[in-house]
Amino acid sequence: MTDLHFAWLEASILIPLAGALGVGRLRRPGEARAQAVVFSAASFLCTVGEWLDFDWLGAERADDCWHLLAKTLGREPLVIDGLITPMLPLLSLLFLLTIWATLPNQVQKFSFGLTLLQQALVLALFSCQEPWGIVALACLGTLPPYFELRSRGNPTRVYLAHMLLFVGLLVGGWSFVELQGPGTTAGTILLAAAVLVRTGIVPLHCWMRDLFEHVAFGTALVFVAPVAGAYLSVRLLLPVAPSWVLSGVALLALTTAVYAAAMATIQREARRLACCLFLSHSALVIVGLQTATTTSLTGALCVWMSVVLSMGGFGLTLRALEARCGRLSMIGFHGLYEHAPNLAMCFALTGLASIGFPGTFGFVGSELLVDGAVEAHPHIGVAVVLAAALNGIAVVRAYFQLFTGTRYTSSISLRILARERFAVLALAALILIGGLVPQPGVASRHHAAEELLRRRVQLSLDSAPAKGTISKARPQDSQSATSTLQRTVPNITNL
Amino acid sequence: MFDHETLIKLLGLSVVAAPVLLLSVLGISSLVGRPLSERAIGRWVKSSTAAALLASIAILAIMLALGTRHAPIEVGSWVVIPDYHFSVKFVFDRLSVPFVILSLALCGTIGAFATRYLHREGGFNRFFVFYALFAAGMTIASLAGTIETLFAGWELVGLSSALLVAFFHERAAPVRNGLRVWTVYRVSDAALLVAAVVLHHLTGEGDFDKLLGDAPWPAGYAMLSSQQALTVGLLLLLAAAGKSALVPFSGWLPRAMEGPTPSSAVFYGALSVHLGAFLLLRVSPILDLSVGLSIAVACVGLLTAAFAALAARVQTDIKCALSFASLVQVGLITTEIGLGLRYIALVHMIGHACLRTLQFLRAPTLLHDYRTMENAIGTRLPARGGIWAGMLPERLHVWLYRFALERGYLDAWLTDYLVLPLVRAVEWCDAMELRWIERLSGAGADERSRRATPQASLDDLL
Repeated sequence: MTDLHFAWLEASILIPLAGALGVGRLRRPGEARAQAVVFSAASFLCTVGEWLDFDWLGAERADDCWHLLAKTLGREPLVIDGLITPMLPLLSLLFLLTIWATLPNQVQKFSFGLTLLQQALVLALFSCQEPWGIVALACLGTLPPYFELRSRGNPTRVYLAHMLLFVGLLVGGWSFVELQGPGTTAGTILLAAAVLVRTGIVPLHCWMRDLFEHVAFGTALVFVAPVAGAYLSVRLLLPVAPSWVLSGVALLALTTAVYAAAMATIQREARRLACCLFLSHSALVIVGLQTATTTSLTGALCVWMSVVLSMGGFGLTLRALEARCGRLSMIGFHGLYEHAPNLAMCFALTGLASIGFPGTFGFVGSELLVDGAVEAHPHIGVAVVLAAALNGIAVVRAYFQLFTGTRYTSSISLRILARERFAVLALAALILIGGLVPQPGVASRHHAAEELLRRRVQLSLDSAPAKGTISKARPQDSQSATSTLQRTVPNITNL
Repeated sequence: MFDHETLIKLLGLSVVAAPVLLLSVLGISSLVGRPLSERAIGRWVKSSTAAALLASIAILAIMLALGTRHAPIEVGSWVVIPDYHFSVKFVFDRLSVPFVILSLALCGTIGAFATRYLHREGGFNRFFVFYALFAAGMTIASLAGTIETLFAGWELVGLSSALLVAFFHERAAPVRNGLRVWTVYRVSDAALLVAAVVLHHLTGEGDFDKLLGDAPWPAGYAMLSSQQALTVGLLLLLAAAGKSALVPFSGWLPRAMEGPTPSSAVFYGALSVHLGAFLLLRVSPILDLSVGLSIAVACVGLLTAAFAALAARVQTDIKCALSFASLVQVGLITTEIGLGLRYIALVHMIGHACLRTLQFLRAPTLLHDYRTMENAIGTRLPARGGIWAGMLPERLHVWLYRFALERGYLDAWLTDYLVLPLVRAVEWCDAMELRWIERLSGAGADERSRRATPQASLDDLL
């Protein structure tokens, strides 16, 4: 394995972790916000450094130099590959913008310490490839929202019940897989169920609605936007699950995508709308991942990045509006356009990017996802298109209700602040640049998709003679993955 | 010195680049909060549209001079991975060149008209951002050489149209109508996307030259079986019906008249409404493969024309009357396409678009024009009665009148039998979810009342 030139990964995790400890002690919210921005920005720069370093090395996988954690734990837990390298700066940026764009009237209610802790846990989760490390970090990652629910005195039962279920399923599932080997029915079903709970697949999605209702919008945003369930699916489920388990997960996710999209069209509150859109988009990512053809997997990985970016921006815009007008109902028209035309444009742009509108980052990803889905089964493709169409209606309806209508009367200026302007422009620029020049991003996602399928085929070959239980990857899984495998395992065709 | 192929390529790229540049300039300046002045916007609009129009006319001249009937321009592969490619390609042929010249000429006319018509209007900059989006979409869709490129342009046109219908956004009615238009367009977009993907899988190609043969339009032969052609063709017909307001989606067209007159004229009277017919013309070799499909296209067109002719007679405002008059012609154009009369349909489309633009632009001064005519002849204009009025039984007459007044009950039918049942079902699921969450969380009365959702939803908006 190749070493990076600096301990980027450890630094990107330890900096926000240290920040969480320091910022959590501060009494004055303004000071806490300022320090949180510094820690989060430093972490973001480390992830950018890691990305550039990895790219420059041209390696398949890389870990930190100096191996500080490896010396402590006995093995190297933090390893990055082509799949995850561009995701880390993106996730870090989402946290940074969320912290930075927090307005003075929100700082009292928003916990910067917990957000930094969440940032550290998310980056650690995405940088980790050790299965038990992933399990532990995924479980720990559920704690910050719980702490916030508790600190606000809001009901925790719905969230707690679902997250305990998630932790139990995840730990139990991976224990079974460890004990019985890849392909074990009980283990993979439990793992699949854990992924379904964490992603919010119907009927296990109620916790997400409850979370959006009861925590700060920013907290819900940074907890949901990274689509951690997709990461668990890629690292734990996809390599070991039989095809029929993946098909089952894809079917449930598909149902969720359409159901949540339909729900988004009738919501009467902006937070619930955002929740439904997140649910639908996360489910679409899972559909693509579980369909497990090269095209759909590439599409899903592209849509995953697009969702982080576009839904992150969409959430930040809604949060900025909430900071001005309080909880936003979706009844009648708010008439906010004249006050904040930039926010209106950003809202429309991020919303449209999330549905894969031409010229935005999500366009090619959505095309690939539909193409791959039709390749797997035509009905899946039609359902994916239906979900996208409904999401599009929901987004434009929300735009109309929030920004059109008789001008909102306010005694104070509701104009966009410089820091918000920077945040929305940064996201808009990334969405548009990614949309106009998609080839580098798509090529990198395709490479990652092939690598994932290659690992899946490799694992099935490794375990088949020993166990005889794992069903082999479907022939259509990936011709290119097989051809890659043929290069590494010359006798695959004889096997 | 350039050879003629290089020259056509450069000119062709200019045709596409000019509206895209206009969109970039207006869009970015608005996004960063530094909108251009009215004068600067006017200059950008005129210069970019004129540049694109002149370039397209130059291409026409070169093609006529050289006898070239088909000039594809490969911009390159936008996305290439081993199992998928998205190439950007534009085609200049007997269909796309007249249509793009028509689009740019009308966009230029309307651009010049709107700079005066909307002078000092609050949404001046917003109008021209949407206008630029529309112009870019129309140009891309007209010249698209692959179905994916056509889809991209198609979506841009749809979004700009819906936003322009809701242009006067201080009032609720235009916004509701904008949402209605957008909803129909999403159905249409979904149908086109599914058709594109199915075509891609059936033939392995999204390139029109390979999909429909490289013979110049309207010749060409699609490598599909009759059944496949019927399936794909019906999806394309659904897409075209949504975009061109054919039956049963005709209800959105009069609603679109809520937008400012320039946009009504160029978009719903002249260009946007013809885009569905353009799509059918572009894929006409597929229609040739299935008699059933051709009959379906012709029937939808005839039905639309008959319905619109009836509805147009009872409209009480000039823009709605003109919109239904447009629909009559669009229906006839669609029928011509179904009957295989490709050139007649194209000529009909161009002539109709020009006439209708003129009528729409004169609409705000209609009363003035009538008075001028009456002053000139020295008496009132004669009231014209329909020839059928005396021939129809009274009851049928009344029924037809109500049918026309209610616009064929199409909107009511779609709302009552399609939208509302779905909305009610989803609302029921929503209520069940809330009850389940309350039960899980053990929420008290306070929490329940806080969660209680007011009764207004999508159906109110529609």
